[in-house]
Amino acid sequence: MAESPMLPKMVGQRVKRREDPRLIQGQGTYVDDLKIVGMEHVAFARSDIAHGRIKSVDTSVAEAMDGVTAVFTGAQIAEFVKPVPIITPFPSPDHRAVVVDTVRYVGEPVAVVVATNRYIAKDAADAITVDYEMLPAVVDTEKAMTGQPAQLHKDFENNLSVALLPSGTGVSPDGQTVDDTALDQAFADAEVVVSQRMVNHRLAPSAMEPRGTVAHYEPGHNKMTIWSSNQAPHLLRGAIASMFGMGEDQVRAIAPEVGGGFGAKVQAYAEDYVVAGLSKKLGIALKWTEDRSEAFLATTHGRGIIGYIDIAATNTGKVLGMKLRLIADIGAYNTLFTAAIPTFTTLMANATYDIPAIRTTITEVFTNKTPTDAYRGAGRPEATYFVERGLDMLARKLAMDPAEVRRRNFIQPNQFPYTTQMGAVYDSGDYAAALDLALQNAGWDKLKAERDQAQAEGRLVGIGLSMYVEVCGLGPSAVLPTGGWEHSQVTIERDGRINATTGASPHGQGNETTFGQMLADQFGVPLDHITIHHGDTAIAKQGIGTFGSRSQAVGGAALHLAGGKVRKKMAKFAAALLEAHEDDLVFENGRISVKGAPDSGKSFEEVAAYAYVPVPLPEGLEPGLSEEAFFEPSNNTYPFGCHIALIEIDRDTGEPTLRRLIAVDDAGNLINPLIVEGQIHGGLAQGVGQAMIEEVQYGDDGQPLTSTFMDYAIPRAADLPRFELDNTVTPTPVNPLGAKGVGEAGTLGSTPCVVSAAVDALSQFGVTHIDMMLRPEKLWQIINGGQS
Amino acid sequence: MIPSNFDYQRAQSVDDALTKLAASGGTGKVIAGGHSLVPMMKLRLHEPTTLIDIARIGELSGIREQDGLIEIGANTVHHDVATSSLLRNNCPIIAETAGMIGDPQVRNRGTLGGSLAHADPAADYPAALLALDAQIQLQGPSGTREVAATDFFQGLFTVDLADNEIITAVRFTPVQVAAYAKLYQRASRFAIVGVAAALVINQGSMLRKPTIRSSRIGLTGAASHALRLTSVEEAVAGQAATAEAMAQAAQGAGAKIDDINADLHASEAYRRAMIQVFTTRALQGALARLPA
Amino acid sequence: MAQVSITVNGKQRSSEVEPRTLLVHFLREQLNLTGTHVGCDTSQCGACTVLIDGRSAKACTVFAVQADGSEVTTIEGLAEGEQLHPLQTGFWEEHGLQCGYCTPGMIMSCVNLLNDNPKPSEQEIREGLDGNLCRCTGYQHIVNAVQHAATKG
Repeated sequence: MAESPMLPKMVGQRVKRREDPRLIQGQGTYVDDLKIVGMEHVAFARSDIAHGRIKSVDTSVAEAMDGVTAVFTGAQIAEFVKPVPIITPFPSPDHRAVVVDTVRYVGEPVAVVVATNRYIAKDAADAITVDYEMLPAVVDTEKAMTGQPAQLHKDFENNLSVALLPSGTGVSPDGQTVDDTALDQAFADAEVVVSQRMVNHRLAPSAMEPRGTVAHYEPGHNKMTIWSSNQAPHLLRGAIASMFGMGEDQVRAIAPEVGGGFGAKVQAYAEDYVVAGLSKKLGIALKWTEDRSEAFLATTHGRGIIGYIDIAATNTGKVLGMKLRLIADIGAYNTLFTAAIPTFTTLMANATYDIPAIRTTITEVFTNKTPTDAYRGAGRPEATYFVERGLDMLARKLAMDPAEVRRRNFIQPNQFPYTTQMGAVYDSGDYAAALDLALQNAGWDKLKAERDQAQAEGRLVGIGLSMYVEVCGLGPSAVLPTGGWEHSQVTIERDGRINATTGASPHGQGNETTFGQMLADQFGVPLDHITIHHGDTAIAKQGIGTFGSRSQAVGGAALHLAGGKVRKKMAKFAAALLEAHEDDLVFENGRISVKGAPDSGKSFEEVAAYAYVPVPLPEGLEPGLSEEAFFEPSNNTYPFGCHIALIEIDRDTGEPTLRRLIAVDDAGNLINPLIVEGQIHGGLAQGVGQAMIEEVQYGDDGQPLTSTFMDYAIPRAADLPRFELDNTVTPTPVNPLGAKGVGEAGTLGSTPCVVSAAVDALSQFGVTHIDMMLRPEKLWQIINGGQS
Repeated sequence: MIPSNFDYQRAQSVDDALTKLAASGGTGKVIAGGHSLVPMMKLRLHEPTTLIDIARIGELSGIREQDGLIEIGANTVHHDVATSSLLRNNCPIIAETAGMIGDPQVRNRGTLGGSLAHADPAADYPAALLALDAQIQLQGPSGTREVAATDFFQGLFTVDLADNEIITAVRFTPVQVAAYAKLYQRASRFAIVGVAAALVINQGSMLRKPTIRSSRIGLTGAASHALRLTSVEEAVAGQAATAEAMAQAAQGAGAKIDDINADLHASEAYRRAMIQVFTTRALQGALARLPA
Repeated sequence: MAQVSITVNGKQRSSEVEPRTLLVHFLREQLNLTGTHVGCDTSQCGACTVLIDGRSAKACTVFAVQADGSEVTTIEGLAEGEQLHPLQTGFWEEHGLQCGYCTPGMIMSCVNLLNDNPKPSEQEIREGLDGNLCRCTGYQHIVNAVQHAATKG
């Protein structure tokens, strides 16, 4: 008994991370840290114009350089790399990994160099010259919709990828028939209507680790191993196998330590395909590491969508109907999820409100810019922004407290599961509880008084409030073309240690810790007896990946199920050893024993050893303790919350300072509140970043103006206040953990509440809406009587 | 990002550096901290064929006071200027300015001389040196010369420094009543507008409130190079040493400059308006340093 | 080529390098000290921060030849054997990292910060991190980590 200390329950505790010892000592292995014997380096020559036809590519100087192994043009690459595939059911133009004839954005690859080291590869890429026939750059999204000043892709007239796709009230599920009766009635009955065009601008995801790929094709085995800074190695494996006519058994994809993803590292990129294809062609290992300056051009951007919102309401603030017309600037091509991102915006148009009639339309437009795709929140922050800013405008128009307008429209707790006008089925929620807690933590009435006092003193102080609800825990398969499940395998080894795998490949989310906590409780063993494996398709047999706040809600649930299966089998072995009934056994403190009689039991190790040398083998059992599970949720989860901001604007310079940010988030049950806080902090910083300092900008000629951290700001420590967090807990019924997911939550409410706070601070100048970002000059103009 | 290749030479003394510089035939570039030069080289905006490293030349480092003048060696890093007790006590504006450059790592490596030689139009030091009426010490094959800050900054990345010369030090009379104020560009932390103001005060008496005898005001970030705001200097002279009077004197600051910068971070109109705001803040900041 | 000799984490390391070799690449590729990361190319992000002669510096903005004869400390040299540096402990205890990519540079920067100012205020900590970007944490737990090191270190 001496070896069995009392083990504390782990789930729900602030357990410090098991990932950290290696990372704080510089012992993590990221892609660029890898070395393989004989490995050479890849660099890309990239277009420096936004739109043009290639007349010629001169690679002669590059090819003649010492240390250059090979140089490939787009046409040569196209001989063995097919067009880059997408996964959404929308029409998509031909997208070559390396341009064959027409460049469509600055940064698009035009040629590829293989050299013996990265310095030579870069020298050679710089020495490649391209002669272009210049074409007009398509930059302005709404002008692009008229086909002006040029058409990017021949089969996409007026640059439309998707045109006026309707959904919501009165729209048949196939989108073919549209009945406007309810919507028209809502607007006819309205006592007040607010209408606003809002821009939810482009962002650069900016994971601190740029992308990188190492590919190692071994001709003798006809096997490919690809390491990539990627959020979904199983999807990468499938993509690479399919691209090169290989089987999924012949490709091993590894996402080693990944330095942040934020949605921009879900897909297999052109560079992944090219590096893998060249490794296969040349029979050597190859590495490509993205520069930050490349990342701003070549890694997908996020957001980039214009919303025209109309809200019909009564004079008492009850919303009767809403129209939301979306125009997305998707850049030069559809990439993996591009076309689907705005569908998440429309899906969440109901927000936290019982709105009886809603109509949305989506239009997606090609422009000569970097393609957009998922970025933390991926469509839901945009929905939250449009609707919450709209409700803020409504409150201002009705001279109502912004909290009160929300409260009058909430979906009530007894309405769940709640089917929205958009077809979403919200799982659970108590929105008023989150609002009330946020108001209480903010000291709402006092805060308003402080604001009024400050304004009376001539200071430009404002407060803003936003609710949010997001769709998370992405699955089931009906809504996710990748498959909406997750996979896990749990193995109790002969010595009683536990190996577990998950297909949810983390890049900072701490799954090694949270998943370990869950198994520690499930098996009553110490946390340090458990290893969680991820990110390697040869070890984690199946998986989808980490995006859409799905690690815990889907991946965690799969782990829980796999663990449950092994536990059940282990209980049968223990029951045989103990001559007890398996249902009477408890797993705790490193022992399996009959409930209420801990001394009667066997150590966990003894039972494990028996399962592998089962003499005698209990009837009906196979040897061994290893089980796997797929978990397919019955529905998404819908986490929610309320964020409140206090902002002050310098009257002389227009510089905004965020003074307070109060957040109440409800992600259902929490496995590790410390890690959850970290996730929310990071999301808040990114949401605040969008509102205040981040914006990808292009010149009229399609040249990017923000392609280094010299010009694109992401928040620094001194830009942010100490966040004030709290939470409510409304478990979800759609998975056995009751966990909803939290990775993206912080980006949802923070952005609109900060902008609303700025509008509040400047409302004395007659402004009712300000488009982000809150550029000091823009605010200064408002203060000085100009337009926003 | 990777720079083009170059030859590297380490200079042991100023004379050695000058010899090496001469030998490079105009293609050599001096490097000290490298915090202006290396980023430009990585972006391949600068591709010198020879780098002559002067960082270890001890005689170029250090902060000294002699005969009422302060001399800062060209190799002195921003951190040492920012934290020098001699400067903080006797000429706080220069320490303050150094402390607002870049970030801690940049301040640990970047040097005064490097910043001046590079002459980024948004660099901080030039404004302060103009306000201090600093003399910039240069040494070349034919000896040393001294250039007033007012004459040194000539244009975009252009200063009165020949290819075969190096900056050895900066010398100025310390000023207590001086301050620097800056509107940060939020990504790079360079100055969108930076104003340094140094005031000479007529001490007040029982009967008379103190007034401004004269001033020097340096502006950076707003135009192709740092320059003096002479019209404000004139407007300040004779004014009461009060915050209100300073704001009044700053009215229209920068109105007469015709090559105001415009970029994605600030339009011409906004920059021009900010010149006035930060001139006011610099003047008021200087007054706040008036000994009680 | 140029000969450099740099004392890295207490050990003298000599090598032939191209003069243009950035210190960060010398550390990572010649010495296999891959704990120092590269996150940008314009000296903003600070992921490459090391100590050169005791002061924090961005190793992507220093040529290896410039550091010839210097003492360089990287994240790998911070712990003393099994004994973590108080800042490493602070980052672990306070969940000061997520993806871990900025962390080595962030910690080295904080070493400089606490050397200069052993008891910093929260504002001083935040300003002391001006040269380091983190995209995951929102910095709050990093601030806590520095406070942890300052009070319990």
